[in-house]
Amino acid sequence: MIIDASEGSLKSFLKTLPQVDEVGVHARAAMLGTRSIKTTSKAWAIDMAISMMDLTTLEGADTPGKVRAICAKAVRPDATDLSIPSVGAVCVYNDMVGVARRTLDQIGGSSIPVAAVATAFPSGRASYAVKAQDTMDAINAGAAEIDMVIDRGAFLSGRYGEVFAEIVKIKELCGDKAHLKVILETGELVTLDNVRKASYLAMLAGADFIKTSTGKVVPAASAPVVYVMLEAVRDYYSMTQTRIGVKPAGGIRTTKDAIKQLVLVNEVAGPEWLSPRLFRIGASALLNDLLLQRMKMRDGYYASPAYVTLD
Amino acid sequence: MNPFEYSPALESTAIVEIAERYNLFIDGKFVTPKSGKYFPTINPANEKVLAKIADANATDVDLAVGAARAAYSKVWSKMPAAERGKYLFRIARILQERAREFAVLETLDNGKPIRESRDTDIPLAAAHFFYHAGWADKLQYAGVGIQPRPYGVVGQIIPWNFPMLMLAWKVAPALATGNTVVLKPAETTSLTALLFAEVCQQAELPNGVVNIVTGAGVTGADIVNHPGIDKIAFTGSTEVGKLIATSIAGTKKSATLELGGKAANIIFEDAAIDEAVEGIVNGIFFNQGHVCCAGSRLLIQENIHDEVIEKLKVRMAHIRLGNPLDKNTDIGAINSAAQLAKIRELVTAGGAEGAEQWSAPCEIPGEGFWFAPTIFTGVSQTHRIAREEIFGPVLSVLTFRTPQEAVEKANNTPYGLSAGVWSEKGSKILWTASRLRAGVIWANTFNKFDPASPFGGYKESGWGREGGRHGLTAYLKASN
Repeated sequence: MIIDASEGSLKSFLKTLPQVDEVGVHARAAMLGTRSIKTTSKAWAIDMAISMMDLTTLEGADTPGKVRAICAKAVRPDATDLSIPSVGAVCVYNDMVGVARRTLDQIGGSSIPVAAVATAFPSGRASYAVKAQDTMDAINAGAAEIDMVIDRGAFLSGRYGEVFAEIVKIKELCGDKAHLKVILETGELVTLDNVRKASYLAMLAGADFIKTSTGKVVPAASAPVVYVMLEAVRDYYSMTQTRIGVKPAGGIRTTKDAIKQLVLVNEVAGPEWLSPRLFRIGASALLNDLLLQRMKMRDGYYASPAYVTLD
Repeated sequence: MNPFEYSPALESTAIVEIAERYNLFIDGKFVTPKSGKYFPTINPANEKVLAKIADANATDVDLAVGAARAAYSKVWSKMPAAERGKYLFRIARILQERAREFAVLETLDNGKPIRESRDTDIPLAAAHFFYHAGWADKLQYAGVGIQPRPYGVVGQIIPWNFPMLMLAWKVAPALATGNTVVLKPAETTSLTALLFAEVCQQAELPNGVVNIVTGAGVTGADIVNHPGIDKIAFTGSTEVGKLIATSIAGTKKSATLELGGKAANIIFEDAAIDEAVEGIVNGIFFNQGHVCCAGSRLLIQENIHDEVIEKLKVRMAHIRLGNPLDKNTDIGAINSAAQLAKIRELVTAGGAEGAEQWSAPCEIPGEGFWFAPTIFTGVSQTHRIAREEIFGPVLSVLTFRTPQEAVEKANNTPYGLSAGVWSEKGSKILWTASRLRAGVIWANTFNKFDPASPFGGYKESGWGREGGRHGLTAYLKASN
């Protein structure tokens, strides 16, 4: 890369990025939404979506009991059918990391990482010292993945250097102990041009994943936004030979939504990204819909929602 | 090997009933042809015969013109305009209700992907009827005087690339303005026109207002040369357009001609590159490139040529060629063996003239007519593939250095149907568009159609416009 962390250098690099034509992206994303995924490809997609899920609980009302419940679900999404894969990760607030880690280890989920949201999630409005402490707490408690938020205020006022520097520093704290996912909160960035710029800023600063949203702001993981982010990781790969992951989060509730995401991955970034290593879906209610659809494919009829567990 | 290989998702054909053979639609009834002859129509995706189609001769055409004349004088021209409008609204609604049936039949007979017939052709055809239905009782606002008059009997000859949509482009304005029609669909794609004849019956359109005679070029010539025809509306090749113009010279007949094209799609360095790549793909590979306004000459600013071509190849590798009935198919079958031969001939010429060919890596089915999406780089203005209309999924790539050169090259063709301009700089788009000699210019998009927007060409791309107020006036005689 021919850029350094200085404000001027970042600004001039981001200016070289081609503009995004919103109308064109919306049209293409909508067209890809018409792909019809049936039979064996649907079955494959459902299992892939389950294994890509960051099963998430991010509520003020979260308790150890609630976290233990989703951990159990993460390891064995449906105890009556052990052919169902485990999810990709469990995603919680940092004070719940310890409980999640211990629970997973106790119930045979030691290979499932715990992801913690950090850096004053979801707003990111805190001093760097607080954000650093937040991150370290999570790592010390056993988080293997950190979902940080960028400083959208700094981004929108054009202080790209600040956004960049913060990501670099959090990445340093993560070291080799944790993967870093950088949340752009695209619902606050609003334009697709901003989504593209923020994606590059995060990738250049060392993000392992770029993530759409906190789930606390609407709109979240819309198809056009994910489309632009997938283009960004594809093009970043051809520039640097490094593959960065993408994580849409927020608003993906049905199997159809999830399969549309996989179609985007397949046809925009390419099939190399069809792996939990490079694509995650942040969701909670989605898992039960995937399980119901999986039962439908297995049994030939729709089961009552009473056959999936509410955790 | 991609683990996410989409399983076949075939649209069911159960919704369509195809008869063994089809007769002519004259005076509101299906009648056997006086010629006594029938010819087969095939599914270009598997070369199987779908049905036998009546081959109309001069006597059949004469009967159709007679029926249209009687309907014009006795019924259609006397009917209150608002009543005419009601029939058009009724037809539009029936087209929407039977949209899936039309889409499947179009795909079977034409070879285009079901996604396109379902999402583009048929909805747009219905939209044309709705749009013109609204005009029927407002013709005094068409801009040709307070009491414009219809021509009378219009002979309409349409091509095989958008059979049902072209029918709508022709029939809807003709009927809205009070004309009656004798329409001939292309010989390889008659089926949706014949299904439309059923729709006319279902809508209880007065007999003889729409007559459909099927057949090949000879039947078309019989229509053009029939003395009872007041106006010709033709969409097809420039070659045939010239023949028609010659035939009607010195007669009372006027004509609207929508002919060939060799559109320039201009990509400036400040374009939104990724969406421009989508626009290139849509411009040339939509409907297998069987589009008169296709963006078949890509003009890329030289300093971004390599980047654009690299991205274009990546994108083209995702194009899905195959069974047109599969909902995931992007490129269907070439419409006929003759068209495939023409594409192959020009592609061979492109290679022989020194351009570099690259085709997307897709599997070609064993039966049917297919051509993989192809681009030629290193094309010069002198190459045949830069000058002649290929009418297939073949793109010629040229470069330019300055906006002036882009405009000069874009205009350096006998055609002038359409063009595309890609730039995020508004002033550059306007500067370029105002200098391009083409009837339709798309900015940061391509192949967008709307009934309210006039469509037609400069130079050898045609006479007159279709769609919008301009298209309407092509079916009206001015009054004072």
